[in-house]
Amino acid sequence: MHRYFPHTQQEIAEMLQRCGVSDLRGLYSDVPDELLLKAPYDLPSEKSEKEVRDYFGALAAKNRHVDVCFAGGGFYDHYVPAAAQSLIGRSEFLTAYTPYQPEISQGTLQYIFEYQTMMCRLTGMQVSNASMYDGATATAEAMMMAVAAGRKRRRVLVSATLNEAVRAVVDTYARYHGVTVHTVDEADGVMSVSRLGEMLDEFGDVAGVIVAQPNRYGIIEDFSGVADMIHARKALMIMNCVAADLATLRTPGEWGADIACGDAQSLGIPLSFGGPYLGYLCATQALMRKMPGRIVGATVDSGGRRSFVLTLQAREQHIRRDKATSNICSNQGLMTLYVSVYMSLLGAAGLREIAWKGHQCALYLLESITAAGGCRLKYPSRPFLNEFLLEMDCDVDSFISRSLEAGILPGIKTGHNCLLMAATEMQTREDVDRLVEIYKSMAR
Amino acid sequence: MNREIYGKLVFELSRPGRRGYRLPDNHIDPCAAPQGGEKAPEIPASLLRQTPPDLPECDELTVVRHYNNMSTNNFGVDTGFYPLGSCTMKYNPKINEEMAGHKLFASVHPSTPETSVQGCLEMYHTLQAALSEIGGMAEFTLNPFAGAHGELTGLMVIRAYHDSRGDSGRCKVIVPDSAHGTNPASAAVAGLEVVEVKSRPDGTVDVDDLRPLLDNTVAAVMMTNPNTLGIFEKNIPEIARMVHEAGALMYYDGANLNPMLGMARPGDMGFDVMHINLHKTFSTPHGGGGPGSGPVGVRAGLEPFLPNPRVIKTDGADGKPVYKLSVAPDALGSVSATLGNFAVQARALSYILSLGREGLMEVGPLATLNANYVKESLRDDYLLPIEGVCKHEFVFDGLRDKSEHVTTLHVAKRLLDHGYHAPTIYFPLLFHESLMIEPTETESKETLDGFIAVMHDIAREARETPDLVKSAPHNTPVTHPDDTAAALHPVVTFDQL
Repeated sequence: MHRYFPHTQQEIAEMLQRCGVSDLRGLYSDVPDELLLKAPYDLPSEKSEKEVRDYFGALAAKNRHVDVCFAGGGFYDHYVPAAAQSLIGRSEFLTAYTPYQPEISQGTLQYIFEYQTMMCRLTGMQVSNASMYDGATATAEAMMMAVAAGRKRRRVLVSATLNEAVRAVVDTYARYHGVTVHTVDEADGVMSVSRLGEMLDEFGDVAGVIVAQPNRYGIIEDFSGVADMIHARKALMIMNCVAADLATLRTPGEWGADIACGDAQSLGIPLSFGGPYLGYLCATQALMRKMPGRIVGATVDSGGRRSFVLTLQAREQHIRRDKATSNICSNQGLMTLYVSVYMSLLGAAGLREIAWKGHQCALYLLESITAAGGCRLKYPSRPFLNEFLLEMDCDVDSFISRSLEAGILPGIKTGHNCLLMAATEMQTREDVDRLVEIYKSMAR
Repeated sequence: MNREIYGKLVFELSRPGRRGYRLPDNHIDPCAAPQGGEKAPEIPASLLRQTPPDLPECDELTVVRHYNNMSTNNFGVDTGFYPLGSCTMKYNPKINEEMAGHKLFASVHPSTPETSVQGCLEMYHTLQAALSEIGGMAEFTLNPFAGAHGELTGLMVIRAYHDSRGDSGRCKVIVPDSAHGTNPASAAVAGLEVVEVKSRPDGTVDVDDLRPLLDNTVAAVMMTNPNTLGIFEKNIPEIARMVHEAGALMYYDGANLNPMLGMARPGDMGFDVMHINLHKTFSTPHGGGGPGSGPVGVRAGLEPFLPNPRVIKTDGADGKPVYKLSVAPDALGSVSATLGNFAVQARALSYILSLGREGLMEVGPLATLNANYVKESLRDDYLLPIEGVCKHEFVFDGLRDKSEHVTTLHVAKRLLDHGYHAPTIYFPLLFHESLMIEPTETESKETLDGFIAVMHDIAREARETPDLVKSAPHNTPVTHPDDTAAALHPVVTFDQL
């Protein structure tokens, strides 16, 4: 038997006897013969742990080694605290199922409650759910929430400055869910507020408006008056935000948004080639019962002790089936523990220090690379925190490959001649200088 | 598990001025930038937050002890037996965790150009190919993040397929009345109308009830096989033929794939589209509710409709394979910003490699053996509504002797006192007192015998000292949390406490 299976041949024989069959095949007497596999899978043989390690080591070696990452686009290279990594590995957390039995799941339930509280404080909203898959699906769910709250309204406006990958997922959900999506044009790198006003007037039946902060170019947008404009038309304001930045930037709550959503990878979650990350979804109190997914609530037990349970489950698929607010069941649960530990270690001061370090490094990067000539800020009048769009005269692809040869990912190509560059607390002056040298050697 | 509740919330441990971090020095002197460079505009104060968020201020040990103590109020597969039906709570091997956290993968940005991430893409492709072999499908996408996300993606594949043929009147999905709640919910999100088909007394789909439902408005029939009662749908070849004749597609919900490993493949049963829960059949940990992974497979001919991007293997100039991202015009769109939960996929591949074909062939039969053994050992005390062999799981309709009004909920809570996780209760909805047990293949005969003995004890207690069972649990960190009050007056943040 394989090392994960405890059965001895004698035990199998005893167990089969109790089941009244003579061999394991006998347990499949109900499966039509033509469906039974006639040969083993065409897959490799059992491997030892050493061989598995060697296999993954060889796979990893096929990636180009990258030391320094100036790529962002919604996902950022942040410092990963050892304590956060270690605590999510606690097997009582890791190997537990969804906390449907609260008596033996207080650990899971409590960290979700703490997570909900921290996310509300970060976004300035009143309620948070227990997570969505990623920022893109969280935004799509926010759209469906707005449509559900808007009763007969099935039209949603989306700022042209929303991250392209998020937009693609929103479009997919909209297409199949029967929602019409219109783009609110951008002007000089930000959503055109006047165009938004026109569109709200033009269509009387907008359920929600999705805006981005910081936007797909890294620009911090000014949403003065936007919430009033949207609310005057009885639509909901949905803000897609980079979670970590909200310790520093004016919050969705302060802007008057109804729903805040996005990815919380920026709260120190390892990049890990795309996941697991963490979609977050927060809203005003009024929208609590329209929220998708799980929510944890506090209560007391029979001994008067504070305890936590999954609550408002009548919204969910296992109760409401096709009338549920969403189909989500499994979420990114363990990652809510990760970011709760992360935020507990960093606190507000740490998150703000990270933001300003990234800002400082981004300013230094911008100043250094533009000093070499042949490139410039695409939107020079727009403020940014740690990410900006650089317009380049040289071939952007060549710059990316030359940098990668030196172990630096310089950013994400955007359009034909632009590079989206991000900085965090992880890059040093030396890293920036090295990148600028590569750029100079190309420009020559 | 600790029997004492650890009572504090992290906010109550916070003290102004404490911190649990130190950032690296980046050696950047803002004044040292080269002359002549471009300066960014200042950020106006109106765009900044005026008050910092009220997050905890804690030193590292306080944080570590807090969460460690909380973990002792939790129960996982590593703690004890977890016979939760339909959830496949098998052992999550440790090597998988090590591979998932591999340092060289952990730092890879998802937007890295494909030529620089050939290792990651090869991993994706290798796993999708292995799942295709196991599922009997042509190709899998690993992009969906969870089972329900996979269902949604699979239904979108089906809609995209019908649309591509100009067959746009197919607006219904047929699901058995025993289906998981996610099936109808996913159909609704995908813009499809749900039609329920009845089960027969033996729990399988009633073919005579299904037949008249099949017409040119049906997009797909969604089924699990074995179904939620752990019963194999014997008529599946006939059902597939009927569904295909009506022009609809067969969707396989992979929640119950585990007992089929080594025995039969959904593709061979006539299914066109399927999803797999890597966090069930392929041993990735449930993480208290996620992250999971819900790859979607399709039969030959449906690949162009899979979500963007796909990972394609091509031949390089030197004969070595080169992996590329492919975006297809017919694709349903994209369902994720990245290629899914990569580190979860890594765990599943590690598991498949560790088991190898020999181990994978043993999974299904041993899972089925364990389930039948428990079923046959307990049917004297618990009511077995459906006779015959089950697959990976089975359902009791409560105790046989209900004279003392001891319910399934009472039995489940009493199990907690004995150090077992409860089975799934009150699902499926076909019976009033459903108690759904799935032991999985990684549990030993001693473990099962221990569980069986306790279940017999509880049945005896239900006759002799029923109040002891009805008032359970007695021995857990908290007892009877008031969920009615929680729903009536929701307190969902610390600020509302």
